[in-house]
Amino acid sequence: MATLNSQIPAGPLSDKWEKHKFSSKLINPANKRKYKVIVVGAGLAGASASATLAELGYEVHNFVFHDSPRRAHSVAAQGGINAAKNYQNDGDSVHRLFYDTIKGGDYRAREANVHRLAEVSVNIIDQCAAQGVPFAREYGGLLDNRSFGGAQVSRTFYARGQTGQQLLLGAYSALNKMIGAGGIKSYTHSEMLDLVVVDGHAKGIIVRNLQTGEITRHSADAVVLATGGYGNVYNLSTYARGSNVTASWRAYKRGACFGNPCYTQIHPTCIPVSGDYQSKLTLMSESLRNDGRIWVPKRKEDCKKSPADIAEGDRDYYLERMYSAFGNLAPRDVASRAAKYVCDEGRGIGETGLGVYLDFGDSIRRLGEGKVRERYGNLFAMYHEITNEDAYKTPMRIYPAVHYTMGGLWVDYNLMSNIPGLFVLGEANFSDHGANRLGASALMQGLSDGYFVLPSTITTYLANVKAGGRPATDRAEFQQAEEEVRNFTRRVTSNNGKRSPDSFHKQLGKIMWDYCGMARTETGLQKAIQLIGDLREEFRTTVKVLGEPNGLNQSLEKAGRVADFIELGELMCRDALMREESCGGHFREEYQYTPNDPEVQQGVVNTGDVKRRDDQFAFVAAWEYAGAPDKAPILNKEPLIYEEVKMSTRSYK
Amino acid sequence: MNLLQRIWRSSLGKKYLMALTGLALFGFVVGHLVGNLQVFGNPELINSYAYFLKSKPGLLWGARLGLLATVAIHVAAAVTLSAANKAARPVGYAGGSAYGSSWRSRYMLVSGLVILAFVVYHLLHYTVQLPAVNGGFDFRSLTARLADGTQVQDVYAMMVHGFQVVWVSLFYLIAQALLFIHLGHGLSSMFQSLGLRNHVWGPRIAAFAKVVSLVIFLGYASIPVAVLTGMGGDYLKNKKAPTPTIETLR
Amino acid sequence: MKVSLKVWRQKNANAAGEFKTYASPELNPNMSFLEMLDVVNEELSSQGEEPIAFDHDCREGICGTCSLVIDGKPHGPHKGVATCQTYMRSFSNGDQIVIEPWRAKAFPIVKDLVCDRKAFDRIQQAGGFISVRTGSAPDANSIPVSKENADLAMDAAQCIGCGACVAACKNASAMLFVSAKVSHLGLMPQGQPERYKRVKAMVDQMDTEGFGACTVTGSCEAVCPKEISLDFIARMNRDYAVSLIQGDPKQVAGGGAG
Repeated sequence: MATLNSQIPAGPLSDKWEKHKFSSKLINPANKRKYKVIVVGAGLAGASASATLAELGYEVHNFVFHDSPRRAHSVAAQGGINAAKNYQNDGDSVHRLFYDTIKGGDYRAREANVHRLAEVSVNIIDQCAAQGVPFAREYGGLLDNRSFGGAQVSRTFYARGQTGQQLLLGAYSALNKMIGAGGIKSYTHSEMLDLVVVDGHAKGIIVRNLQTGEITRHSADAVVLATGGYGNVYNLSTYARGSNVTASWRAYKRGACFGNPCYTQIHPTCIPVSGDYQSKLTLMSESLRNDGRIWVPKRKEDCKKSPADIAEGDRDYYLERMYSAFGNLAPRDVASRAAKYVCDEGRGIGETGLGVYLDFGDSIRRLGEGKVRERYGNLFAMYHEITNEDAYKTPMRIYPAVHYTMGGLWVDYNLMSNIPGLFVLGEANFSDHGANRLGASALMQGLSDGYFVLPSTITTYLANVKAGGRPATDRAEFQQAEEEVRNFTRRVTSNNGKRSPDSFHKQLGKIMWDYCGMARTETGLQKAIQLIGDLREEFRTTVKVLGEPNGLNQSLEKAGRVADFIELGELMCRDALMREESCGGHFREEYQYTPNDPEVQQGVVNTGDVKRRDDQFAFVAAWEYAGAPDKAPILNKEPLIYEEVKMSTRSYK
Repeated sequence: MNLLQRIWRSSLGKKYLMALTGLALFGFVVGHLVGNLQVFGNPELINSYAYFLKSKPGLLWGARLGLLATVAIHVAAAVTLSAANKAARPVGYAGGSAYGSSWRSRYMLVSGLVILAFVVYHLLHYTVQLPAVNGGFDFRSLTARLADGTQVQDVYAMMVHGFQVVWVSLFYLIAQALLFIHLGHGLSSMFQSLGLRNHVWGPRIAAFAKVVSLVIFLGYASIPVAVLTGMGGDYLKNKKAPTPTIETLR
Repeated sequence: MKVSLKVWRQKNANAAGEFKTYASPELNPNMSFLEMLDVVNEELSSQGEEPIAFDHDCREGICGTCSLVIDGKPHGPHKGVATCQTYMRSFSNGDQIVIEPWRAKAFPIVKDLVCDRKAFDRIQQAGGFISVRTGSAPDANSIPVSKENADLAMDAAQCIGCGACVAACKNASAMLFVSAKVSHLGLMPQGQPERYKRVKAMVDQMDTEGFGACTVTGSCEAVCPKEISLDFIARMNRDYAVSLIQGDPKQVAGGGAG
């Protein structure tokens, strides 16, 4: 069993971070340059961490599999970034952002981490504005805000429909500054294929250069993973095609615990699937829900009619009906599940019946088309490009899609995993969003971890490591890790099978979406575990990678990633099966409110809402690898202790 | 590095040189046109204008050398930039190229080089007045008297004589057409290179370039066209002087 | 629908490449162009032929990874979108589609349709930033930015760094890219202290990388998936002129305190 110590500082919640920073050890500036830190990934978390560590004087080596650090998938976030600035004077505060995030996460996040996140959120906006991020402004020249999914205050800062790209370009510019200054050595086209653990500490990585096929060893005093989420396990998702779990998974197989793998966020407003050739689901920003109304026909018979022919009285604005206080702005998990319900009832629209309308008719009548175009023009254009439909004239068709994974490698308050020296940032860790993430909080967490948290907390580890004492790369641990990487390549290129890695990915995605998607059941999950086990075996024997391993080989890259996704999929199903409750993005059909529950009768929740079981499941599930893919993993539990907030039934009515 | 080196070594610096020398050459083209259009007046008008220019050798040679240097810089920058541009795209596209580019912009080097060749010819033709480039006729033999009795070269007769040769006029017209293309792009991109353009002035500058280049073309083309359609024919016939040949001059 | 593809295949950076023609299987007009390539690749794999290598990632037009010159036009027939947002309904049954990589000396080909765009990173490493240390920033609202400038900066900042401008330009010039980066930061008050130093450093690096010069043909603007305007090139030209005249800064000797 792994030992999990969350390292949460003692004392009142709002003082913990300040006290912790003060009590952490410092490293003398002259010594900092003797420490080498490897950072894998250059999204918001990785780029900001690399830049800041280099500014502090550490020798930083940054690795990305992309051709440029600017391409990390943080780039795709559309909506915005939260910060408790209260520039709008609408009652926001650090405490309110903390509380909203805890509640939004359905009481499955750590209080101390979330409070720290809310505290540093204000510094992030300052930092980004100083870097020249072109945030939206009011006419007076000050920053504009908007309200965003699940929040009743306007605390979201944004840059048109591409806040993610602008923040990433800010972090990337900081990275570039330090690369130019010599503080960071940047490796592009470099995919981490294994973690090297020496004497129980993370001390290096094995990397394949995707252009040349060359495999190299890199040692360091600490390794930082900022490698993003694993939603591509579903094959169809809003993730970039290249997003993968490989770095995290190899760390898991070297002993790092994987926290809450089943917590997946399904985003309610994506463009529905149109055919089995599909490679990608496109997100329509949640901001659309500020002015769009979501509905389906009241009667099944109307579903194939043109929306214009369905009278107002025959439409069911189901979110407004079910959640009168939040209406169309209900949190993502709630809105997604509601869409699933109405479609399961046979009232879904579009060719596949898996879709609901997002209607701007009322807003266009109220504000005029010009105003709507000004707010959402680029999104409407994108929708038109993909679907060939004009959303100014006919409602958009939307359906939920996998969008974010709250789970990830387990980390303590210092963002260090249970392997000393291995730090995990951003979406790759499990720490801040509990069982559901609020809109505009992912960017906040990535930058918080990278700019402000890790640079402080990494000293708690490095101060106890001898400066310049990192191991040489000819040690047995490095040799063995490299050999395992080479063995995998040999196997997949010499297999006698015929199936491409992509075909396995599609098959895995279907299993995951059917049995471990928006609604999960005990029997379904058991079946999925069985199916995935079979798939893993079939993959091992029949996957075929064509072409040479020495050079660019995209099939080989995919093969490695799909192999890891298959194993991860099984772990996600096991986690979902173990968690016999519903919470946030994890919905077990067996655990939902029924008309007999007092909460439903009192009007706090709806029939079908998620039912938590705090008495038994108020813990983080940290799974530990048992040494072989077919051996059941070991479950470690970190209890969630709430000192400030009382766990209560989440109500958005 | 000094300023000149910095300018010459940077691609943008060379573009500034192109723009500034282009501007100067544009000024010359306009001035030269205004001078030449005097041909449509009384022959004495242009003859006295030419005499005036030649009577100030210091000014004339100063201007000539200045123009020569301007052309040299313009051409040298253009040729070196073009070579670098070619080198930047060693392999072209099979599926077509230069999507969305303005057609004028694609012929700048070609139009420029032909215009350069034309300028050389033009200088030999009317400035050096080399008989060999004009079918053996020597313009230096054409003289006229101004009202005050001064004996001057008969530039009016020279122009009529020169343009009565059909292939010469044709070459002039082709060169003017190329200048039209060259200026239509050059005049607007000059502003772009110097950074004197934004979303308000961009369209206006583009329209200005198109109109001005057309006016210049029509102005220059009008002279050979007018001669070919008969202008000055009677004047030449009435000139009593016998037509000398190269042999008689020797 | 079905189409035939004339595709550039090149084994590696040093190998000679050639066009190969493939017939597509049955396609759906609602497929994206890259999904069409996925389907063709799956078919090639099943026949034992190595799939066509092409760059792609987010498939929603923001990461700038996808490239492809399609029938002579970078990012395909539509204006204002990247290849990943191009759909097969833009083509007709029976069309032959020519697919080529970005062609530029500064973007060497790695394999098939994949080229190396690290030159863009190096340009930005030369000066594409505002030097602000983490933690040293003043309150975000202490520096007002006029809405007009913020909007204009945002227009420039939309650049996704795909390199289509270079691919389209007959001179393989990177001016639109560099000018977008220079203008974004140069328009913000935060970017003023390093404004002229930045433009000098970035343009000089651009020249070093072997991109061509701008001859104002307008191709770059026409193919840019974010429709970035040529006006930014004029803006950069203006700033660079100032930096040339200013020359290098005076050397200052360091000194210890106390």
